[in-house]
Amino acid sequence: MNRIHIKGGRLIDPANGIDDQLDLWLADGRVLAVGDPPQGFVPDQVIDATGRIVCPGLIDLGVHLREPGQEHKGTICSEARAAARGGITTLVCMPDTQPVIDTPAVWELIRRRAKACGSARVLAIGALTQGLGGEQLAEMGALKQAGCVAVSNTRRPMASTLVSRHALEYASTFDLPVILCSEDPHLKAKGCVHEGAVASRLGLPGIPAAAETVAVARDLALTEHTGSRSHFHTLSTGRAIEMIRQARQDGARLSAGVAIHQLFLMDTDVDGFDAACHVDPPLRTQSDRDRLRQALRDGDIQVICSDHQPHEADAKTEPFPLTAPGISGLETLLPLSLKLVEEGVLDLPTAIAALTAGPARALDLPLGRLEPGRSADICIFDPDAIWDLNPENMASRGKNTPFAGWEFRGRVTHTLFEGRLTWSSDS
Amino acid sequence: MNTNTSQTDEQGRLRHFLSIEGFRREQLEQILDTAESFAMLPGRQVKKVPLLRGKIITNLFFENSTRTRTTFELAAKLLSADVINFNVNVSATAKGETLLDTLRNLEAMHSDMFVVRHQASGAAHFIARHAAPGVSVINAGDGRHAHPTQAMLDMFTIRRHKGDFTPLRVAIVGDIQHSRVARSQIMALNILGVSEVRVIAPRTLLPAEARSLGVHVYHDLEQGLEDVDVVIMLRLQKERMEHALLPSEHEYFQLYGLTEARLKKAKPDAIVMHPGPINRGVEIASEVADGPRSVILQQVSHGIAVRMAVMSMALGGNAGEAAS
Amino acid sequence: MSKRIFMQQDAILDIVQGMARLTRRHLEDRKIPDPAMIGIHTGGVWIAQLLHELLDISAPLGQLDISFYRDDFTRIGMNPQVKPSRIPFEVEDRHVILVDDVIQSGRTIRAAMNEIFDFGRPASITLVCLIERSGRELPIQPDIMGLEPPLGDEEHIRLQGPDPLVLEISGRPGNREDR
Repeated sequence: MNRIHIKGGRLIDPANGIDDQLDLWLADGRVLAVGDPPQGFVPDQVIDATGRIVCPGLIDLGVHLREPGQEHKGTICSEARAAARGGITTLVCMPDTQPVIDTPAVWELIRRRAKACGSARVLAIGALTQGLGGEQLAEMGALKQAGCVAVSNTRRPMASTLVSRHALEYASTFDLPVILCSEDPHLKAKGCVHEGAVASRLGLPGIPAAAETVAVARDLALTEHTGSRSHFHTLSTGRAIEMIRQARQDGARLSAGVAIHQLFLMDTDVDGFDAACHVDPPLRTQSDRDRLRQALRDGDIQVICSDHQPHEADAKTEPFPLTAPGISGLETLLPLSLKLVEEGVLDLPTAIAALTAGPARALDLPLGRLEPGRSADICIFDPDAIWDLNPENMASRGKNTPFAGWEFRGRVTHTLFEGRLTWSSDS
Repeated sequence: MNTNTSQTDEQGRLRHFLSIEGFRREQLEQILDTAESFAMLPGRQVKKVPLLRGKIITNLFFENSTRTRTTFELAAKLLSADVINFNVNVSATAKGETLLDTLRNLEAMHSDMFVVRHQASGAAHFIARHAAPGVSVINAGDGRHAHPTQAMLDMFTIRRHKGDFTPLRVAIVGDIQHSRVARSQIMALNILGVSEVRVIAPRTLLPAEARSLGVHVYHDLEQGLEDVDVVIMLRLQKERMEHALLPSEHEYFQLYGLTEARLKKAKPDAIVMHPGPINRGVEIASEVADGPRSVILQQVSHGIAVRMAVMSMALGGNAGEAAS
Repeated sequence: MSKRIFMQQDAILDIVQGMARLTRRHLEDRKIPDPAMIGIHTGGVWIAQLLHELLDISAPLGQLDISFYRDDFTRIGMNPQVKPSRIPFEVEDRHVILVDDVIQSGRTIRAAMNEIFDFGRPASITLVCLIERSGRELPIQPDIMGLEPPLGDEEHIRLQGPDPLVLEISGRPGNREDR
């Protein structure tokens, strides 16, 4: 089997509290040793990581895979390759494929495809309700047995608070984490941007901050009542953060995440009807953005994700309200996170933790850490490489990004998934 | 990233007319001055001028509006342009053709100008961004965003009655939130330098952070009408009741309907405007709509002159040369 | 570009007096008893105002802005100072005296005649110009002309005014048309 020595790099492994000049030795797809060379190790390959940072492969919680059903937007293979480019080794996919992941059979199909592609690990979030219809519970017991790591109804509405209550209770029977995209569908209505000054000027239907806070309050109450393990996915408002913070202080068992673009863009970026900035939840105000950044520093948010939603060009080539929301985000997840470090928002280990140990802990996965015996999922990046994002060069089938032309500092040079190189910029 | 579509060329000449936003005062005044010349034409034996002879103007309407389409059509014909009317709601988009497909098809007919009405805010900007070089786009109303020619004909009407904009207080009454006309009027009035723009409405009909539009907000009609020079009434759509924004037409008229008695709060020479079509007894009493202060019918005829001005300015100069 | 004054107000007024005499004789020859007059915006209107008074014409003076009739509109665009045309008399069956300051290509006069016809069908049009110069591109000649100054191809003559009226020549002299 392939034996690899990664030498000379700065190893950052937040789960183990490591930030030091340490070598790594890998064998049989697992970490064999950290720091001290194992006796008699003869590497098949040596990766020189001098001047580079070595960290656990990234875990992206909540990507929207388009296969099966919407292969024109992306396939499991195309998106797994994009993940490898971005240093991501685990994709935790949302159940809103077509058909929906509400039976083990659909998940089995995805699992096989992903295995055949081999560029990244694909884990599944099963559906909370059948067909994501919000009315009848999905067979969560079977989904768990089949390997689904969590359940979610994505952003599709639940029929009633009662169904939500039962769904959370039932999920907690199997200790399945529930990924909550808290949003009141009636307050959202046909909105497509944050309800504020920009929406008022452009005459775009707005989504008030209350669409999120009302639903977060309801979901917090249900979490407390049912004792479910809730993860509040892609929060966008400062008020919701305050509520999450309070609930955590009161001892609630929950975690929270944010989409990386919410930490940079604001509702003003929509000006000029820029459909690349049409996302869901919408880009909010500067004070919301600043509050989200603060929450990462304070640990109230433990997960940064890409909220990856690749689209074909046509989906974004319509008048703004008619375009599909979402950003193709796999390849900008790490670069934007490094920008947070560059801007002094986070220190590097905290940023990496939110991309590795944070999501692993939220879903209770034995991933995102590099002590001996763990899967050799590793990301190596050059923190000083400067480059511009050109959508044409993205591996994802979706070129929909508002970050085209942005200058980034820090670029992935190697990605190893289960001890195999899935991406190398050196070759 | 700036995806704003420039409405003027390097020399500051009009290419598109998508929104009032971004224009300077002199530019808006030039549109009004040009419209003033066209307003003289109806007195002649031949009402047409040969200015746009040989040009093709396509009315691209994704929303039914016979009125607006007719005034654009008449304006184009008085400029001697050839007009194609294209109502898309009965046409291709139902068959899965995208807006861009529709646009490309019409461009193949060598249109020099698209007059666009669409239910989505930003549709006119979208079409302007994707139209072939040299093709002009005029926004005839997009979603709740803008209806700039309607706003300019209102400005034309105000100027004819009041002359100078600077001392004026203008009140806009009604459904500001859903009104593209109100948004464009507010921008035009502020750019032309009026002393105050007021909006008068219940909170359910006001946009979020309404003050950021550059207006003073009133919820009481009589207070808001105090000493104003111009009163603009907006049409109330029936679906506002269905969506629980208002209890009833009856209560709306009781609180926000313009009557003779309430109009007395405004200046004695105040004029009353309405973009039409009016709902008698809902937002305005017949005695006011038909009364001496009403300039509602003048607005309609001014609409033709203003649209002629905008069309001829956009198709003159470089834009036309690039197309030929 | 060099600019020089070609003629001052007093001399211009003398010429206009002469044009008035010629016009009166022309009207008598043609047996036109009650003509109406139209000046072309801007310089033509100034000259027309003088002639209108000298000839004691009863109908009020008309003014034309031919911006909407220009044949070079798509190239040069809308004149930002466009003024409304005002013809305060019935054109139908009327004898019209059309006045302009300078005739060169003839295109302005073509546009003006087109516009006049859109107001009605005149009985006749008599063309009166202060300056006639070379460069005709259409078969249009004035009936009465005040002055025919020798000008180079690259020289331009302009009437400035209205108070005082001054004829100004700009551009490079030489290459005289009377060469």
